[in-house]
Amino acid sequence: MTADGAGPTGAAVPEEAAFAQEVPRGEPILEVRDLVKHFPLTRGVLFKKQVGAVKAVDGVSFDLMQGETLGIVGESGCGKSTLAKVLMNLEPATGGSVRYKGEEISRLSGGALKAVRRNIQMVFQDPYTSLNPRMTVGDIIGEPFEIHPEVAPRGDRRKAVQDLLDVVGLNPEYINRYPHQFSGGQRQRIGIARGLALKPEIIICDEPVSALDVSVQAQVINLLEQLQGEFNLSYMFIAHDLSIVRHISDRVGVMYLGKMVEIGSDEQIYDHATHPYTQALLSAVPVPDPTARESRDRIVLTGDVPSPANPPSGCRFRTRCWKAQERCAVEVPPLAPPGWLSGPAFHDSACHFAAERESGEDVGSRP
Amino acid sequence: MNTAVDRTGREAGTPYQGPLLDVRDLHVEFVTRDGVARAVNGVNYSVRAGETLAVLGESGSGKSVTAQAVMGILDMPPARIPRGEIRFRGRDMLKMGKDERRRIRGRKIAMIFQDALSALNPVLSVGFQLGEMFRAHHGVSRAEARTKAVELMERVRIPAAKERVNDYPHQFSGGMRQRIMIAMALALEPDLIIADEPTTALDVTVQAQVMDLLAELQAEYNMGLILITHDLGVVADVADKIAVMYAGRIVETAPVHELYARPAHPYTRGLLDSIPRLDQKGQELYAIKGLPPNLLRIPPGCAFNPRCPRAQDVCRAEVPELFPVAEDDGTPLEGRRSACFFWKETLHDR
Repeated sequence: MTADGAGPTGAAVPEEAAFAQEVPRGEPILEVRDLVKHFPLTRGVLFKKQVGAVKAVDGVSFDLMQGETLGIVGESGCGKSTLAKVLMNLEPATGGSVRYKGEEISRLSGGALKAVRRNIQMVFQDPYTSLNPRMTVGDIIGEPFEIHPEVAPRGDRRKAVQDLLDVVGLNPEYINRYPHQFSGGQRQRIGIARGLALKPEIIICDEPVSALDVSVQAQVINLLEQLQGEFNLSYMFIAHDLSIVRHISDRVGVMYLGKMVEIGSDEQIYDHATHPYTQALLSAVPVPDPTARESRDRIVLTGDVPSPANPPSGCRFRTRCWKAQERCAVEVPPLAPPGWLSGPAFHDSACHFAAERESGEDVGSRP
Repeated sequence: MNTAVDRTGREAGTPYQGPLLDVRDLHVEFVTRDGVARAVNGVNYSVRAGETLAVLGESGSGKSVTAQAVMGILDMPPARIPRGEIRFRGRDMLKMGKDERRRIRGRKIAMIFQDALSALNPVLSVGFQLGEMFRAHHGVSRAEARTKAVELMERVRIPAAKERVNDYPHQFSGGMRQRIMIAMALALEPDLIIADEPTTALDVTVQAQVMDLLAELQAEYNMGLILITHDLGVVADVADKIAVMYAGRIVETAPVHELYARPAHPYTRGLLDSIPRLDQKGQELYAIKGLPPNLLRIPPGCAFNPRCPRAQDVCRAEVPELFPVAEDDGTPLEGRRSACFFWKETLHDR
């Protein structure tokens, strides 16, 4: 990766130099602290008055390490897609900080923001709506070069786009075709090629395979893993399919109603979950094995996810939790390793009563 | 059970013994600008009372079109059914008149759709829409229909049903809306329910609630259930037997345990192998190469042959029939069929 800001005009923005340094593997490349995104709820047409806020992301902290894949799981409405948008600065953060290689980026604008965005790219969920139907594949993948001409000089762009098509496993001769001439899996490859165009260091994948057919999902997952090795990428992989997340992730974070409730290595989360929500989520996933039908110890949660405009006090999961006590309604449990646990169960978990699940534990549904 | 179908007299006296629904050699085509899309190319399946058949397939495999043909809700044209039979309690519904068909739809066979928000009318209250079932089919009064609607909502465990009966669909959460869809399907106590991806749009914790409810109600009323899905996990959880569809044909049928343990078709095997497994972490996932076929240009021979690791010349020349599957010593495996010339070899893989 060459140094940024060496464009023909030479008008390098000072911040860019800071982003050029390499971060060693295993060090944080993105540090997120207490990130908050509230969407105001207003009343009135002319004199808008804020009457509340949808607390989509409400104090989320985590690190993304260089070269790793961090999976983010959670149900719809838990704020995982909003989190992605705030990290990309597509939505301004209401509070908190996002540091990229030690530099605060959540309040950047203009040239400095542009320089950061080059290094953080996104692959979207729906390959049918995220590609402009009136642009050719060449124009779609080449468009990032219009914004960052320093990456590929004008004369080299066609070649650069064809190389990208080749990298994602599409025929480079398809450069003049339109999105509708491709299948869903191929379109997602186009979206990935566009994400790769600027040689980013971080790619945020928001449900990259959930719109694809089962037989095609594995192809795209393999491609993402292969590209990660080839280009030394760090992934934030947002998905609701827990088995795919486990396959691809080094670490996994679980979100519920705008909060990170548990985060740890894939083994810590999947085999030693200590937060009741994680345990319920894992137990609810249908297992593709009919012999497990009888032996499954499923926690069926009662009720629905509360509204993020009016989340419960204290622990947000308490309204559906079988362990909830009075304390849970008063005190917000911090996301930290619970001191009373040890071994693989000792990892960040935001529960006052964090514990690994015992088989036969009474999880009787509460009224 | 005193309804039109029984009253036609065919089964009068002796109770009907055969399968509830028997689809035979069904073909469905769509006439499009670019040619004829053959969405369903000879599907056979049957469901008995109390039984759950899962129809597994990717988008474009014809699983939903088959169900719509059974329900009689295909738009014709552009769709047409050139061949086939759909027997309900032994009588071919494709030969019935419009009125008779209508008496079966909803009353005898009901359907649950994937997207409850678009399947429900946004400008009518859910109570009105539930009550409509009784008004249209039983001609009851509005007040009585409303009482019945509340009963139904209670039966699918919607909290505070009495207060919520006048709410509109958008005021309910996704899981609650899907419960209303189930309530609507149950309203007239049908013999058969077709559920087309009933939980795909729902979150996993809610999905579990809805599937449990559906299974419980099915047992209570001894209904037949056709579950259309692409989710191998959901199938493993609830199905008794499975029909795997590919490019408009059934490529394999088997009881659920046997299908997962020993698939007899390379496509089924590929699907099962591409599920991420714990012991394969860090390795490449098995992926079926290539793409599902375009229905306007289904490959000659076996439709799966361009993607199949086992394909031979015969696969490109001849369409394989659904062969009965048997053990090596010739003992037939009950309920098992595979549309692969090499089912024996596939059965022994792994």
